Amino acid sequence: MLDPGRDLVGAEVSGTGRRGGALVEGVRLGIGPGAAIFVLALAYGAAAHVAGWGVTVPLVFSVLAFSGSAQLTLLTTLSAGGAVAAVTAAVLINARYIVMGVALNDSLQGGRLWRALQAQALADASFVVAQRGDGRFDITRLIGASVPQWLCWVTGTAVGLLAAPSAHLLHALGADVTFPAFFLMLALDEIRKSRRAAVAAVLGASIAAVLLFVTTPGNALLGATAAALIGAIPVHAQIKGRGDRP
Amino acid sequence: MRLWLSVAAVTVLTWMMKASGPLTLGDRQLPPTAVKVSVLMAPVLLAGLIIADLGGAGWSDLDWQQVAGVGVAGIARTLRAPLLLAVVVGIAATALLRLLLN
Repeated sequence: MLDPGRDLVGAEVSGTGRRGGALVEGVRLGIGPGAAIFVLALAYGAAAHVAGWGVTVPLVFSVLAFSGSAQLTLLTTLSAGGAVAAVTAAVLINARYIVMGVALNDSLQGGRLWRALQAQALADASFVVAQRGDGRFDITRLIGASVPQWLCWVTGTAVGLLAAPSAHLLHALGADVTFPAFFLMLALDEIRKSRRAAVAAVLGASIAAVLLFVTTPGNALLGATAAALIGAIPVHAQIKGRGDRP
Repeated sequence: MRLWLSVAAVTVLTWMMKASGPLTLGDRQLPPTAVKVSVLMAPVLLAGLIIADLGGAGWSDLDWQQVAGVGVAGIARTLRAPLLLAVVVGIAATALLRLLLN
C-alpha cells in the first residue's frame, strides 16, 4: 500500500538532493571563471591602490557590487571627469543585465522581490553555465557558480590592494589573456550546441566589432545582444529545406 | 565623499539592473519567440565580451600579442585540452611573446 506521507518526504528529500547536486555542480563550474576573475580583481585592486582609493572603498565596492566591468569603468573614468559622467558610464556598461534578467525571469520562483533577490546572483559566466538548453535556467546552479566567482573577486581585490603588483608585471605575465580566453572557452562550448548559436555568436561579435569604432565597450556589448534576435526567425525560413542541427 | 557616493550609486544601480526584469515581469511567462531569443543570449554575450575586452573603446586596446594568446588558448581547447590548461597555455604563449619581442 502506498504511503502518501512517505512519498512526499521522499520527493522532498529527492528535490533537496537535486538542489544540493546542482549547487555543487554550479560551484565546480564557477571555479574556472573564478580563477580568471581573480586575476582581473588583482589588476583592479592594484589600480585602485595607485588611484589612491585606499583599502576600504574598493574592497566594499567589490563585496557589494560584484561587477568587474562597472568597477573598472568607474575607476578609470572618475579621475578623468565628473562623477555623474563616471557613474553613468559605469552603469551603462552593465545594461546587459537588464536583458539577462528578462531572459532569466521564467526560471525564477516566488514573488517579484524574491525573484529580484535571486537575480542578484547574475554574472556573465554563471548565466552561461546555468542554461538548460530549452530557454530555461537552473537557478541553483547559477547561484552555485556565482559563489566561487564572488569569493575570487573579493579575495583578488584584497590581494591586489595589499600586494599592489605593477601593471607592467601583470602585462609581462600575460594576465590580460585570462579573461577573454575564459570567455572564448565558454563560447566554444556554446557554439558547439547548434549551428544557430554559432551564427548568432559570429553576428554578435561582428556587431560589437563595428560598434567599438563609434561607442563605448559597454554600448557595443549591449548592441551585440541584438544578434540573439535571429532566434525569432523560424528555422524553415532561415535554412530553406534544411533543419537546424540540434 | 564624492568617491563613496559614486561607489554607492553604481552599486545600487547595478542591483536595480539585475532586478529590473523580475520586478517588471513578476510571474508572467515570456512568449515562445522570446524564449528562442533568450537561448541565443549566452553565445552572443560571450562573443561580444571577447571582442569588447580585446578591442576596448575605439579599438585602442588592441594588442596582437594578447590576441595571439587568446587564439592559442582556443586552439588548445579545440584540440581537447582541459579548460584551465588551455587558458594557462594561452597566457604562457603571450608571456613568451612579450619576453622575446619586448
